[in-house]
Amino acid sequence: MLIKRVSEIPSSEVTPKWLYLNRRKFLAGALGVTAGALLGESLKQLAWPSQKVLAGSKLNVAAKSPFSTTEQVTPFNDVTHYNNFYEFGTGKEQPAKYAANFRTSPWSVKVFGLVDKPRTFTLEELQQLAPLEERIYRHRCVEAWSIVVPWVGYSFSALLKEVSPQPKAKFVAFESYYSSSQMPLGSQAGIQLPYVEGLRLDEAMHPLALLCFGMYGETLPNQDGAPVRMVLPWKYGFKSIKSLVKIKLVEKQPPTTWNMQSSSEYGFYSNVNPHVDHPRWSQAKERRLGEFLRRPTLMFNGYDQVASLYAGMDLKKYF
Amino acid sequence: MRRLLRSKWLKPPVFVLCLAPVGLLVWRALHGQLTANPIEYITHQTGDWTIIFIVATLAVTPARKLLRLPELIRFRRILGLFAFFYGFLHFSTWIGLDKFFDWADMLADVRKRPFITMGFTGFVLMIPLALTSTAGWIRRLGGKRWLAVHRLIYATAVAGVVHYYWLVKSDVRKPLFYGALVALLLVLRVGFWLAARRTKPAGKTLEPKLTSVETA
Repeated sequence: MLIKRVSEIPSSEVTPKWLYLNRRKFLAGALGVTAGALLGESLKQLAWPSQKVLAGSKLNVAAKSPFSTTEQVTPFNDVTHYNNFYEFGTGKEQPAKYAANFRTSPWSVKVFGLVDKPRTFTLEELQQLAPLEERIYRHRCVEAWSIVVPWVGYSFSALLKEVSPQPKAKFVAFESYYSSSQMPLGSQAGIQLPYVEGLRLDEAMHPLALLCFGMYGETLPNQDGAPVRMVLPWKYGFKSIKSLVKIKLVEKQPPTTWNMQSSSEYGFYSNVNPHVDHPRWSQAKERRLGEFLRRPTLMFNGYDQVASLYAGMDLKKYF
Repeated sequence: MRRLLRSKWLKPPVFVLCLAPVGLLVWRALHGQLTANPIEYITHQTGDWTIIFIVATLAVTPARKLLRLPELIRFRRILGLFAFFYGFLHFSTWIGLDKFFDWADMLADVRKRPFITMGFTGFVLMIPLALTSTAGWIRRLGGKRWLAVHRLIYATAVAGVVHYYWLVKSDVRKPLFYGALVALLLVLRVGFWLAARRTKPAGKTLEPKLTSVETA
């Protein structure tokens, strides 16, 4: 019997990527023109998906992290083309498109408030405070979908130690960059901007809390919160503030954006909790991008090591 | 214009045009362009087109009267049936793809989640309209009664808008836009009704006998 090996396709026969993408654009365009006279936005979205992929620059990742999950990582293209970043539009594919020209350099982050050594860090200084690690975290959106992302950064506690919080400091307040000229869609988002978030100091000190500069071994794409963001894997995604410019240590619980928008739906803690539903939908299950059936959502998104932070608290009340 | 609207050749292209959104969905599915969350994308697209077709259906009568183009009535049934068609796709996506036929979970959702209760109600109210959309049913029910039944579309339109408004997190522009359209189309009807009342002497039946179903 003859077993013939299927010959590999020579690389010369592979359609170059730009041509491949252009063919799609052409087809989409042809269809779009005929149908374009129809009904506005919905059709436009159908015909012209954003396919822009921005090249990041490589980051020097010193170590893998023991906090990493071994679950399958979500494809880069999904993570970068399906996400929320309301400053750049409320559609899932809008951030990829409208953050393309977002200027992230020069960048600085001001750390102030109840600290002994307040300081404004340039992005470069901030990146060099501690060795960068790759951490593959589960990321659960409050909308009941989830992804697995290899983030790059270091524990936020390293930055806190650098500025020496005072004993009176009990909370950390975060603020995102906002500029209506760079983020013209922000005014239509229905939330107050700049985006603000907050953590209790002990939550912020937890080693899982990541100050994040990159993902997939490269600097963060604009739409995913470049150039620096927080990642808090045991909380709903909106707690992980993007494009960070201010960090203030404070005594009282700071206001947070989604809580201000709807306090009955989004609490200050917003820990992932399958037993506390969003008033409008269940949080018991989630759809991992790329999977068909919903999988059960885990308490603290599976990060049980944070449970002690909330010992004795009624998590139905402090949701 | 009127000749074109009366032409028997116009209906097939209208039919095809009404199918374009589902055609584009299929095309995008074949090209892997349903975003990273295809089920959500299909749900949202079919939902959008349901409300668009409901608005289009509701627009027929005002357009017919304001533009003095009675021929437009020929397209109301097809638009209404497509509203039902997209509503059915939307509903089926939810049942089959999103919930994967988990009936208990779905019933719990219909009971517990007001936006789902609303959407479900809107869809259910369309079922009798789709079933009685034929000429035979108009005859069987009689024009007046048929019209009364088909006013259910007003309730469906309102339910659809509320369903959408209750669903979004903070960006309410689209539901408000559709809400404004529905409100306008309903207010126009009230206007027509008032105008008709003023021109006809009170006490008498306004429209003696409805042989066709050209009002509502």
